[in-house]
Amino acid sequence: MSILKKHLQGIHVDHRKNTMNHAIETMPTPDIVYISMSQHIGAPCEPLVSVGDHVKIGQPIGNSEAFISAPVHSSVSGKVTNIEEVMSSLGTMDKTIIIKTDKKQELWEDIKIPTAETKEEFIKAIRDSGLVGLGGAAFPTHVKYNPRNLDEVDTLIVNGAECEPYITSDYRTMLEHTQDIVNGILLIMKHLELKQCYIGIEENKPEAIERLNSFLSTFPNIKVITLDSRYPQGAERVLIYETTGKVLPPGKLPADIGVIVSNITSIAFLAKYFRTGVPLISKVVTVDGDAVSTPKNVRVPIGTKIYEVINFCGGYKKPPKKIIFGGPMMGRAIYDDGKPIIKNNNAILAFDEDQALIPNETACINCGRCVQACPLNLMPTAIDKAYKRNDIDALKNLNVAICMECGCCSYVCPAKKQLSLVNKLSKALVKEAGK
Amino acid sequence: MKNYKYDNLIVASSPHLVDSITTSKIMAMVIIALMPAFAVSIWVFGARAIFLTGICIIACVVFEYLFNKITKKPSTIGDFSAVVTGILVAFNVPVNFPYWMAIIGCFVAIIIAKQLFGGIGQNFVNPAITARVVLFLAFSTEMTSWPTPQRIFLATDAVTGATPLALFAKQNFDQLPSNTEMFLGTIGGCIGETSALALLIGGLFLLFKKIISPTIPVSFLGTMVVISLIAGIDPIFQICAGGAMIGAFFMATDYSTSPLTTNGKIIFGIGCGLITMVIRLFGNYPEGVSFSILFMNLIVPHIDNLSRRKLYGGGVKND
Repeated sequence: MSILKKHLQGIHVDHRKNTMNHAIETMPTPDIVYISMSQHIGAPCEPLVSVGDHVKIGQPIGNSEAFISAPVHSSVSGKVTNIEEVMSSLGTMDKTIIIKTDKKQELWEDIKIPTAETKEEFIKAIRDSGLVGLGGAAFPTHVKYNPRNLDEVDTLIVNGAECEPYITSDYRTMLEHTQDIVNGILLIMKHLELKQCYIGIEENKPEAIERLNSFLSTFPNIKVITLDSRYPQGAERVLIYETTGKVLPPGKLPADIGVIVSNITSIAFLAKYFRTGVPLISKVVTVDGDAVSTPKNVRVPIGTKIYEVINFCGGYKKPPKKIIFGGPMMGRAIYDDGKPIIKNNNAILAFDEDQALIPNETACINCGRCVQACPLNLMPTAIDKAYKRNDIDALKNLNVAICMECGCCSYVCPAKKQLSLVNKLSKALVKEAGK
Repeated sequence: MKNYKYDNLIVASSPHLVDSITTSKIMAMVIIALMPAFAVSIWVFGARAIFLTGICIIACVVFEYLFNKITKKPSTIGDFSAVVTGILVAFNVPVNFPYWMAIIGCFVAIIIAKQLFGGIGQNFVNPAITARVVLFLAFSTEMTSWPTPQRIFLATDAVTGATPLALFAKQNFDQLPSNTEMFLGTIGGCIGETSALALLIGGLFLLFKKIISPTIPVSFLGTMVVISLIAGIDPIFQICAGGAMIGAFFMATDYSTSPLTTNGKIIFGIGCGLITMVIRLFGNYPEGVSFSILFMNLIVPHIDNLSRRKLYGGGVKND
């Protein structure tokens, strides 16, 4: 890449990748799993099983007729003890299937290695696998890989940036499942007839870059792009720009500018699915934070409660004060460690009191750090002032709607103002006014 | 298996990680950056520089504290911005300036320019600059009686003389100090503004610590150099003389009263440099830095409106 190339703004955050050298450990199957019917963006699934049914690993237990949805599979073998409405970490009431494991861990008999000759069969197989965007968005992958204008798409961009602090689950996948990543890319490129692929990885993961490059020497159309270690390189718009130089205008989808972006762990899973036929039933989760005894990367059966995962990591070292699903920049603070792991969880961070408390807000000193940090050139301080005046016209003019909530503005603010939160509230305000 | 459950957790919006920088740290860094100039001022002007600076700091902090107290607002003296203002007010007056007049300057800076408009971040003119201009207009004699440079802790009953810029304005070119003296600061002038070298060290420290961006100082001083060259006068003399250095690095870069975007900062810096040189070359006053910054402060909202950046992805102008 040329030094003269213009980069988008961003921020330098402490990487805190403490678990980089912790190989993925598989945790024992818990006694009970709680599998939500709503683990993706789109329509929730309806249970396919009833209380008292016996289910096996990989058996579909929830599905939906809706286009934007993805089936849910059992991560254990055992008996369905209850199906109830449980409040999710988002605060919504979701149907949840509770399965008591029989400890036999038998694989479902109907699991077979998918064969896909045509694009349609390939997309159907992806839907059957239950795959959703594992980077965090949880958008059903079969929808993403099947845009209306697929003939205009020629590039696959693989997101291996993993720009959030702490999280190393993608990094471990890159090191431990390199061949799956390459196979997955080849599968996608073949079936979607794509010409080239860029894998974007931040420069703070030299081993992963080197390892992928060593697997890719015979594929000249698949290139690893080393990205600066600057948050948020893994944000879709930023990644597309930094790998291809293309700008994704607001309101457009990546396919409109000829690219499909996919998370690297999603791609590794895809290859594994086409190798074994086992659907998405487990997830590698980075467990870290000052309140955790032994930070680790853990392969967790979907539906395992958080505290069981933490117990596998030696339990809490100190009482946790904040538990985060995902990374510290964009992750969601949850109110109860009894919530189950869902498909798109890539990290659990348990912060102690010192880490959890963010200093109080003071007055804005107009330093402009937020303006210099925003990757999309928004003006968070002006948005903050417009929001306080409830000035919806000004908020519209400030284009708050395109904010991707990356949190750069809040991170850099010396007055500790919650600018990112104000952006979210402003977006809601503008949306509400537009109705 | 241990089965602790925690449901007394903090739930907050992301991000859950913030930078360690705070307003207090920024102000502390500015104070550190002003120390080289302070040291030179003591060396050049003697002990009274210490007393005057100390009194201005105390006055500013006390005024801020009292204002917060009277208006029942949380105390903001902990952010050290009043200390910075105090130092800058002191740095902008001659060393034999009466203490009570300096305290009036602090009152103007903290109460009138800053707190009456909402406190830190809300003021639209730089408090120290405002104080300097008010003092200059109110106490012209005292503000323009310049003791000739002393050496440390010598008698402060100094002989007064003209500053280099005053000599320049009267076209007494043969009495001008050398550029080396100008750069080191062994010349007459306000307490903190004489040593270009010390101010440059402080300014570079702020740049290195990323407290300020180079945009304003470079465009400010750059414009002065260009105009000097066009006018056929010595550009080094112009940027070392008077308040140019302290203005460019410490006062024009004040966050609240300078534009947010890089383009805006360039316009602001050029404006400051231009007005300074126009006053120096054509005006009645020998020095124009404070007037130029004050004037540019006033039009910052318009510069901000004109210099909004193009939004990522779209030609949609951010207005």
